[in-house]
Amino acid sequence: MAQMNMLHAINEALSIAMKADERMVIFGEDVGHFGGVFRATSGLQEQFGRDRCFNTPLTEQGIAGFANGLASFGMTAVAEIQFADYIFPAFDQIVNESAKFRYRSGNQFDVGGLTFRTPYGGGIAGGHYHSQSPEAYFTQTPGLKVVVPRNPEQAKGLLLASIRDPNPVIFFEPKRLYRASVGEVPAGDYQIELGKAQVVKQGRDITVLAWGAQMEIVEKACERAEKEGISCEIIDLRTLAPWDVDTVAKSVTKTGRLLINHEAPLTGGFAGEIAATIQQECFLSLESPISRVCGLDTPYPLIHEKEYMPDELKTFEAIKASVAF
Amino acid sequence: MSNAPLTNETVHRVSFLDKASLHIPILRILQADGTTYENAVLPVIDKTLAEKIFDTCVFTRVLDERMLGAQRQGRISFYMTCTGEEASIVGSTAALDKDDVILAQYREHASLRYRGFSTEQFMNQMFSNEKDLGKGRQMPIHYGCRELNYQTISSPLATQIPQATGVAYGMKLQGKRNVAICYFGEGAASEGDFHAGLNMAAVLKSPVIFFCRNNGYAISTPTEEQFAGNGIASRGVGYGMHTIRVDGNDMLAVLAATQQARAHALEHNAPVLIEAMTYRLGAHSSSDDPSGYRSKDEEAKWQQHDPVKRFKLWMINKGWISEADEAKLFERYREEVLAAVKVAEKLPIPMLDEIIEDVLDKPTPALKKQLKELKEHINKYPKAYPKSAGRL
Repeated sequence: MAQMNMLHAINEALSIAMKADERMVIFGEDVGHFGGVFRATSGLQEQFGRDRCFNTPLTEQGIAGFANGLASFGMTAVAEIQFADYIFPAFDQIVNESAKFRYRSGNQFDVGGLTFRTPYGGGIAGGHYHSQSPEAYFTQTPGLKVVVPRNPEQAKGLLLASIRDPNPVIFFEPKRLYRASVGEVPAGDYQIELGKAQVVKQGRDITVLAWGAQMEIVEKACERAEKEGISCEIIDLRTLAPWDVDTVAKSVTKTGRLLINHEAPLTGGFAGEIAATIQQECFLSLESPISRVCGLDTPYPLIHEKEYMPDELKTFEAIKASVAF
Repeated sequence: MSNAPLTNETVHRVSFLDKASLHIPILRILQADGTTYENAVLPVIDKTLAEKIFDTCVFTRVLDERMLGAQRQGRISFYMTCTGEEASIVGSTAALDKDDVILAQYREHASLRYRGFSTEQFMNQMFSNEKDLGKGRQMPIHYGCRELNYQTISSPLATQIPQATGVAYGMKLQGKRNVAICYFGEGAASEGDFHAGLNMAAVLKSPVIFFCRNNGYAISTPTEEQFAGNGIASRGVGYGMHTIRVDGNDMLAVLAATQQARAHALEHNAPVLIEAMTYRLGAHSSSDDPSGYRSKDEEAKWQQHDPVKRFKLWMINKGWISEADEAKLFERYREEVLAAVKVAEKLPIPMLDEIIEDVLDKPTPALKKQLKELKEHINKYPKAYPKSAGRL
């Protein structure tokens, strides 16, 4: 165990994975000698050479296409998209190519060795194009896994599992927490299983579900609610695709209430999928409507960032409203 | 380091470059009568190789003619021919090693045939039957074969271009003495992925051959509405890669250019761009009627440049084949293809369970549940799902 921030944990995971797998390659914009604009790949080029950790030209569709080709030839391709906001030029390569590679070829070819890492989310005065949370665009695409860690320990274990998963994975890193989130991280090589949610705290009255940077927001909201005598069960979904229906349904069956929080806009956000599934699985257990506390249906604003965000107070109020329903 | 590739010549008066300032000759080796140009440097080719090339061309002609007919009869849902472009495809594939990876657009099935894809395998894919390697999931002509190093075709244009760069980079890192070849049309070269793939290959030093079939049309769009520059070849120079323009209806020119491109790619870990000037003699696809956008006269003019005929005349001049041999070969393949159609169209479609396999490496519980519900539904209404009912 050692104290470290999330960037350090990610950097350690990349280094461990590269050491263990000589076919692993890291690439993207500015990830080479410079070590990435957030320094997540710091030192890797020095450690593993320019052939295995290198800058690409500035082209997201190129990075994704190149990654598909590398992975289709049996390489472990770990591609960085500098901000999740800039993943859209690569959308075609990811959705039409990465996601369908195995299926369309009858399992003759696959890009299972591929992982996209990309910083996502708001809270850093990033405006429209340094704040987005585009996970729901990808959860609608069969053939992809979508993973979001909440702290350094989770980041390391989930990233190692993502790199080694035999399917293409999009790994969204909450950049607001890169340096802000510091915690104990187990030493050495370990993995956290994909597709499994984690019950972070047991509770009786309501299930509160989130992922990534919003986990600390909902934890604070739940602390407030606890002071008012409301017992919250907190779940970190961790993997959004494929997501852990059983763990969430089991919790909601017990508590009878569900609140889902995410930074992305409400309409078409992944909370809608969770809400629809849980009302089907837990219809007879639900005691109040499923609550969604999300970003507004606007582009991510700059000066009104604080107002836009599904913050602790909005979540706290929604918890009380659900329990009082 | 910065700006190192730029030249340092200076002028002191405004002077613009235009497309004419880049001189791009076209490589021609074989003349219309089957003789070679004086001083032409021939590719490495012997009788065995020439026969294999010709055999592949004839098979492709027959397959295209018969399967277009089968589509017209409603026996398969879709078809695309390679007619007129056989020299571009077969000539380039013949220059490769069998372990070189092919990434194609969709009009390159002659290449797959050259590698050894059987008549039955072609049919199984087009009829989406239970023996299709792709498990009946994609439209006809979207072939793929791991064994033959031919990556599975996908419809989105140009996506395979940066992928080829990645494949070739992987080969380099694995220490293989192989290249990737990437086929695409001149229309696809207008996609952003063309730019991304070529630029990355040059910068990252990937041993890949980019092979552009410039056949004059992207569906109904003629090249003058596709680009204003000096074709596709001029761009290769801009990306800093070895580039050549060849007569795509000249088997020997295509073969020679690709042989040397391959050697260069391996020796220098560098990409090469080949632009083959050819003509799409057939319709774009079975869903297209070219009479709406081009003249019969134009098509007739290009019939004169038939690449298979030109190569045949060369072989006849060499004494390697006769007109009678050719007629026999056509006859043999017509019978073979017809017989294969009859077998393939009677085979059942893949089992319904295949619908959820290979989405991920293993079906998720949610997907298994969806399949279970689907089967229950089909069992309730079997007549509405005649192909899968009874095969659950």
